[in-house]
Amino acid sequence: MIDFTYTLFIVLIPMAMFLLLGLVGHKMKSFAGVLGTFGLGVSWILSIITAYQYFFVAGKIEGVYQKIIGFNTVWLHLTDKLHIDMGILLDPISVMMLIVVTTVSFMVHLYSIGYMKGERGFERFFAFLSLFTFSMLGLVVATNIFQMYIFWELVGVSSYLLIGFYYQKPSAVAASKKAFIVTRFADLGFLIGILILSFNTKTFDFIALTDVNGAAIATGAGASFLGLSVMTWSLIFVFMGGAGKSAMFPFHIWLPDAMEGPTPVSALIHAATMVVAGVYLVARLFPIYAISAPEGLMVVGYIGCFSSLFAAIIACTQFDIKRVLAYSTLSQIGYMMVGLGVSGYGGHEGLGYMASMFHLFTHAMFKALLFLGAGAIIHAAHSNYMNEMGGLRKYLPITHITFLIACLTISGVPFLSAFFSKDEILTAAYYHNRIIFWVELFVAGLTAFYMFRLYFRIFWNKEPQYHHTPRESPLTMTIPLIFLAIASIFAGYIPFSKFVSSDSVPFESEIELGLAIPSVIVGLLGILIAFVMYKKETSIPDKVAASFRFFYRWAYNKFYFDELYLFVTKKIIFRYISKPVAWFDRYVVDGTMNGISAMTNYMSYQIRGFQSGQLQQYAFVFVSGAIGLALVIMYLLIH
Amino acid sequence: MNILSLFVIIPILTIFALMATKSFKQARVVAAIGMGIQLITAAVLVFWYLHERSAGNTAEMLFYQSHVWFESLNICYTVGVDGIAVAMIALTSIVVFAGIFASWDVEFLTKEFFISLILLSSGVFGFFISLDLFTMFLFYEVAVIPMYLLIGIWGSGPKEYSAMKLTLMLMSGSALLLVGLLGIYFNSAPTGGALTFNILDISKITIPIEAQRFFFPLTFVGFGVLGALFPFHTWSPDGHASAPTAVSMLHAGVLMKLGGYGCFRVAMFLMPEAANEMAWIFIILTTISVVYGAFGAIAQRDLKYINAYSSVSHCGLVLFALLMMNKTAMDGAIIQMVSHGLMTALFFALIGMIYGRTHTRMINEMGGLMKVMPFLAVVYVIAGLASLGLPGLSGFVAEMTIFVGSFQHPDIFHRVCTIIACSSIVITAVYILRVVGILLLGPITNDHYLHLDDAKWYERTSTIALILPIAGIGLAPLWLFNMIGDSLAPIINQLSFIGF
Amino acid sequence: MTEGIPLNYFLVLSTLMFFIGIYGFLTRRNLITILMSVELILNSVNINFVSFNKYLYPERLQGHFFTLFIIAVAAAEAAVAIAIIINIYRNFKSINVEDADEMKY
Repeated sequence: MIDFTYTLFIVLIPMAMFLLLGLVGHKMKSFAGVLGTFGLGVSWILSIITAYQYFFVAGKIEGVYQKIIGFNTVWLHLTDKLHIDMGILLDPISVMMLIVVTTVSFMVHLYSIGYMKGERGFERFFAFLSLFTFSMLGLVVATNIFQMYIFWELVGVSSYLLIGFYYQKPSAVAASKKAFIVTRFADLGFLIGILILSFNTKTFDFIALTDVNGAAIATGAGASFLGLSVMTWSLIFVFMGGAGKSAMFPFHIWLPDAMEGPTPVSALIHAATMVVAGVYLVARLFPIYAISAPEGLMVVGYIGCFSSLFAAIIACTQFDIKRVLAYSTLSQIGYMMVGLGVSGYGGHEGLGYMASMFHLFTHAMFKALLFLGAGAIIHAAHSNYMNEMGGLRKYLPITHITFLIACLTISGVPFLSAFFSKDEILTAAYYHNRIIFWVELFVAGLTAFYMFRLYFRIFWNKEPQYHHTPRESPLTMTIPLIFLAIASIFAGYIPFSKFVSSDSVPFESEIELGLAIPSVIVGLLGILIAFVMYKKETSIPDKVAASFRFFYRWAYNKFYFDELYLFVTKKIIFRYISKPVAWFDRYVVDGTMNGISAMTNYMSYQIRGFQSGQLQQYAFVFVSGAIGLALVIMYLLIH
Repeated sequence: MNILSLFVIIPILTIFALMATKSFKQARVVAAIGMGIQLITAAVLVFWYLHERSAGNTAEMLFYQSHVWFESLNICYTVGVDGIAVAMIALTSIVVFAGIFASWDVEFLTKEFFISLILLSSGVFGFFISLDLFTMFLFYEVAVIPMYLLIGIWGSGPKEYSAMKLTLMLMSGSALLLVGLLGIYFNSAPTGGALTFNILDISKITIPIEAQRFFFPLTFVGFGVLGALFPFHTWSPDGHASAPTAVSMLHAGVLMKLGGYGCFRVAMFLMPEAANEMAWIFIILTTISVVYGAFGAIAQRDLKYINAYSSVSHCGLVLFALLMMNKTAMDGAIIQMVSHGLMTALFFALIGMIYGRTHTRMINEMGGLMKVMPFLAVVYVIAGLASLGLPGLSGFVAEMTIFVGSFQHPDIFHRVCTIIACSSIVITAVYILRVVGILLLGPITNDHYLHLDDAKWYERTSTIALILPIAGIGLAPLWLFNMIGDSLAPIINQLSFIGF
Repeated sequence: MTEGIPLNYFLVLSTLMFFIGIYGFLTRRNLITILMSVELILNSVNINFVSFNKYLYPERLQGHFFTLFIIAVAAAEAAVAIAIIINIYRNFKSINVEDADEMKY
């Protein structure tokens, strides 16, 4: 049995970097970037070692991957059964996530040395990046649901700090606030879910909760509320938290605005790592979802499906490069949720689970690549909008090739990584829920379309007058692009089902040609349409938009959801709840107190007449009192 | 000499030393030294207490000492502490210490200001160490009365009105409280024998239930007025807004905790049967406090008002958890008292420092302060994150303990109220981030601000003295949790007799 | 000297005098007149004391002694009262009791 305690360093090194850079970073200037990247590099290498040791050396016992505790300590003892621990849990998906998070984070760190060079707050940026990586790693290796919640919140704060990095821009401040509050609201659901779940199962520990033969899964099957069991309700609430972080409908509104942050932040947080936390949460609790709360899994599937369609439609109309990629992320995460939603438990039934995790892995690679490439493009063209660009293939060769590889990958072109992962999701969907299958097939076509719309519009099409000649980025920025491109191509060849599966037992999975071919055709169709519309400058896009007029306007304005939410918060919560409460407090509750004092004043004013200064009035009162007293005493003496 | 009596003697000696000072600079140095010694004594107490406990001393109250005062009425000067009182004493000494440094700039009648402040703090310390009801009430009054002078003379805005309202409302609370205490006293020997004011003795007997039903609400409301129980909380917004910085820090940070502590130590400890019966009424009121205070804070534009309503919300959570009457929730309530005390003291200190520079408390008139005063702004953000319950800072520990503990209650009613109270995490996030966004982030709105300077050494001392414990409790809460949990054993035993 | 006159007659007399004195004290405006009413009250009490002493306890003298005390004190008190009235006149320019009303709210 190998001692995995060294995995503690994977999580602690970024935290140490955060403290170091936060406290003394401003004395280090540009060395801060190197230091931060170095720290991450060490974590990355340790993660690879861990993965090797886990998957190839010590993880499997009798053909089943074990859940290994690398480290554990009691942090807070709540009741005699419930205690919050801090620890490291190693199992197939957590080790996979360690690789994903550290790889993408390392690439982003490297990239940021060049991208953020010379910017104010350079050290602050690297400190926050380390904080984020620490939080995400802590979330991923959590041994119990409360530890996950703790790091969930920390991830949220890191995201707030990073989105609001350019804090003097009002739009960035607003975007960071929106992100935090929307996810906080979802976290409320998560908290309620944890409370209900722990009340019924009397434990926070993941191993105890997801033990198929254990007591936790068996409890709660009894009690029921409005037709769904208590377990289902608690898991739906928990999913609400996951939906918030993963920007699923209806919590999706924060993700597009989060593009206000610097592009490396978008690559790290809003493409590859934080937004998949929700998927990871469902995966972590998958045995309970699959066995005790299948309705919950249905909710997951449908919301994922709807979100992916919704986001894909909007992505077809946007002009801001980063927004297209943001909606694309939303759509792909929808795919991952769908994969989980249509999955069963155990062996081949768990194909959806495996496919979802596989897609998470590949998506992290190519989406990070897309965002980092977008960063290079934005840097070169000094604009975020694709209708101000064109013909960049001549100026940015490396960026062009890597971006093209990523676009081909996401469109599901055969032999690139996403072809394998996406098709396995579609296969799982086909066998479980036909409606979801057809919708996701359509979305695959839309995906290919809008990605190549983006590609052709930027790198081909008509070239505008550039103020400065666009130049290729420095080496620190292109090396990560190349690395991620290679990962995007070859990650698909990893026999994922041998490592990750719903019950930790490896199984064989093949590509079903009957289902793969339609998806490839749909993808190629999308690419073709985009080619026709966007490769050269034409008026076709405008004509199409005009003919769809009404629908187009709705999609362009993101179906007015932002306005709806703004309405609810500004008008309803602020004006109709908060202001009346404040008014009530000042004029009614406080008014009562002021009223009491006013009444006391009034009474005192009336009574003061007793002190008139008139001698004879005093004497009259005195005599009356004496006579009264005498009468009383006589009465009492007689009786 | 009992170490506990030192907590009252050191402030009184400081007051005498202050009376002998001749200039305002001397006064503040003397005050700082006095309260520094107090802080060290508190640290000694904490360590000594933990040492005694780990050495196996399982007495209910440690450092117990009793001197007879009025023999005929059986009033004694009785002192003793358990883990909860130790935590409160530590909180008070930290907040007073930070408060002295936050008031370094007071130049008008400095000597009298510090005398009143330290007198107030001596009352608070005396309250926490007392185990005799009468002595406790005496110290309670000593803690309340100097507020009138402090707000009325050194305050700002409608200070006379606020001072008057605060003092009168707190006095009426203590009037109710006195009736309750006398009620307990006169029922303290139902089976014959001498009447007593001693809390430990009274807790061993059961007060007749009819008397309990009458006196429990009086006592609870009496302490509740100080603990910001809805609807008796309205002295708080105006009072805090008009008070000078250190007074707000001390008041919101410590005095409001007197209310919570009193509810726990007197109302619920001595009358558990009535507490059990009537808890539901007060749970409704406290749940309203939590949500109402938070919503009220959103609409405010004055920094101090926002913080005052925030305090109403958080202190409501304390009383809410106490009423749940199980070990975890009560443990959480005490930690919330400590945590919120530190946080709100920090907030008021920062607001005072910002006000001293910009001369306005209205958030719409300020903006972009992060650029100008980075240290203060970063500390403000950290305080805000603590308030909204970010893990790693003390607010999270307290709130989560309360929510998990309260949810374990077997009744559906209590659990529904817990879920309603949970929603406060979202509402708190809304108003905290709103203020941070308007006040600190964004472009600088007023060019005069470019000349403002960042925190000076005494301001840094004050804020760091408060942040360190907040982060400390947030990262390593287990020692505090155990210290308090062990001291909850007597009351949990009492509650178990009534079938919990 | 008083055989044949029942005690009650004296008591009724003194009661009437007492209440006339009270009435005068409460209703007259002139300070001197008020002083005169006070003297009436005191004298009614004197009559009461002397008659009780004579009719109920003839062999004792306490009642007579008390009466002598009252007469002496009344005289002294009248002197002091006149001094006060003179001062009031000097300050308020009037000896109407309703004008000396400054000690009020």
